[in-house]
Amino acid sequence: MADKTTIIVHSGDMDKVYSALIIANGSLAMGMEASIFFTFWGLQRLKKGALEKGPLSKMNMFGLGKLMVKLKMKKVGVASLERLLQDFKELGGKILACDMTMEIMGIKKEDLREDLISDYCAVGTYVSEARASTITLFI
Amino acid sequence: MAEIKVDCTGETCPIPLVETRKALRKAKSGDIVEVIGTHPSSKKEIPMAVKALGLELLDIQEKDGVWRIRIRR
Repeated sequence: MADKTTIIVHSGDMDKVYSALIIANGSLAMGMEASIFFTFWGLQRLKKGALEKGPLSKMNMFGLGKLMVKLKMKKVGVASLERLLQDFKELGGKILACDMTMEIMGIKKEDLREDLISDYCAVGTYVSEARASTITLFI
Repeated sequence: MAEIKVDCTGETCPIPLVETRKALRKAKSGDIVEVIGTHPSSKKEIPMAVKALGLELLDIQEKDGVWRIRIRR
């Protein structure tokens, strides 16, 4: 087993994408490898300009709850999702995009942040990454 | 041997850990990385990362809520 973390990001909710990126960055920082597989609503966040657009998973209240949480996060000094994604790439993390989601939702490569994506793939790639990982999560 | 300073004061999870790792990756063998921060858990967790990476923890100090960790690459 490799010292590796593999995370599926199925949700596009802002707070859940935060959880995924924080765990993934923490893994890299502690000397592990890390891959994040973006699928379904999660993949929506990799569209150009969409990273910070996810709602809050609870108490979103048509965006009001999210606004309040964002203000609080800024006050506490939480990094932006963009910064976490850039750090993840800089530390050698791999971002995988689910090509079936792309077909279902009519998403083209050029709609996505192609600069960040290491590969476009399906379940076989996830399984081959996950079976060699000590930590696997579905978010 | 260079000495690299990383200031993470006011930053919260996971930035102090991530910035430490970024600095250690850029450092050459023998260089010293000094991280300064205020996030309480990072004071415990940066040493965990140093151990996991097989590097040498030189010193941990704290004064008025600001901690200072020195690591040798």
